[in-house]
Amino acid sequence: MRMIRGIFYILLFYFIGECISHLTYGFIPGSIIGMILLFLFLRYKKIKEEDVEGVANAFTKNMAVFFIPAGAALLGASDMLSKFWLSIIIVCTFSSLLVISAVALVQEKMEKPTKKAKS
Amino acid sequence: MLQLFKSETFVLLLIFGSYLAGQWLFKKVRFPLLHPLIIAIAIVMGYIKLVGMPIPEFMDKSELVNYMLGPSVVALGYLLYKQIDYLKGNVYSILTSVFIGSIVGIISVIALAKLTGADKVLIASLEPKSVTTPIALAVSQQAGGITPITAAAVVFCGILGSILGPYILKLLGIKSSIAKGLAMGASSHAVGTAKAIEMGVIEGAISGLAIGLMGVMTALLIPIFNHFL
Repeated sequence: MRMIRGIFYILLFYFIGECISHLTYGFIPGSIIGMILLFLFLRYKKIKEEDVEGVANAFTKNMAVFFIPAGAALLGASDMLSKFWLSIIIVCTFSSLLVISAVALVQEKMEKPTKKAKS
Repeated sequence: MLQLFKSETFVLLLIFGSYLAGQWLFKKVRFPLLHPLIIAIAIVMGYIKLVGMPIPEFMDKSELVNYMLGPSVVALGYLLYKQIDYLKGNVYSILTSVFIGSIVGIISVIALAKLTGADKVLIASLEPKSVTTPIALAVSQQAGGITPITAAAVVFCGILGSILGPYILKLLGIKSSIAKGLAMGASSHAVGTAKAIEMGVIEGAISGLAIGLMGVMTALLIPIFNHFL
């Protein structure tokens, strides 16, 4: 029963998210709107945490599995990948290093004054 | 008989089985490049080649698993809700650093892609590279990217960040657990989070939070950046 309710809520927010996405010309993917809706409904106690807990954990803890079909379908794009592999590696490597550094440095610098102010 | 091994049931069996095999092998060898996902994808690719299944047919038969990507993004809303406590007192700094990270990520992709002579389609495919797979694929698709390239980039960034991330954080002299967790999750999504969990409890939880934040912010920012591109 609880599991059914969990699936119902997740699909419900997914569907509402898809509807909003459609109405806003697909500016934001429906699944992301659904995620924000689920968060807000949990946060403001409109739905019970226990109702989605099990299903949400099952989904998020094993997310990697759902990615296998898209990953294996890369075979179909092997032409494209062999054409762009250098660009992909250069762009992803440097951009990732920049993101790690930027996020860590900004948080490290901003956190200290907040901590002092709080304690 | 061969038809049975091309059935939907067998394809699904293979997908879950190959992931179990990947996890088992990863635990055995503990070599970071042998991420369970990579092993699983390699096994399934080998199967597609072996039975000579056309990619559209494979996509059709594995749709049940592929579909789950959408609901799993929605389910991230629950993780976000569970980790809200870590936000207290740090809301402003966390939002700011992930926001800046998201902008740095998008701008650096555009700049580096242009330097390497990439076109608009490739840029759209690479922009969501630091974001968790389901969001990245949705964003890429929406922006006119090639989803397989996005998928490849996401896996690459995940593994790269989980291997190099800890060294960079050390090099930069980062002390804060929140900063470490945020950086791992923001750059390398779930793969980085797995590494962050090894670094500590706060790192792990915050990294999970960063997946969601980075996903939402990047999804919101990419259409804006593309509009002016």
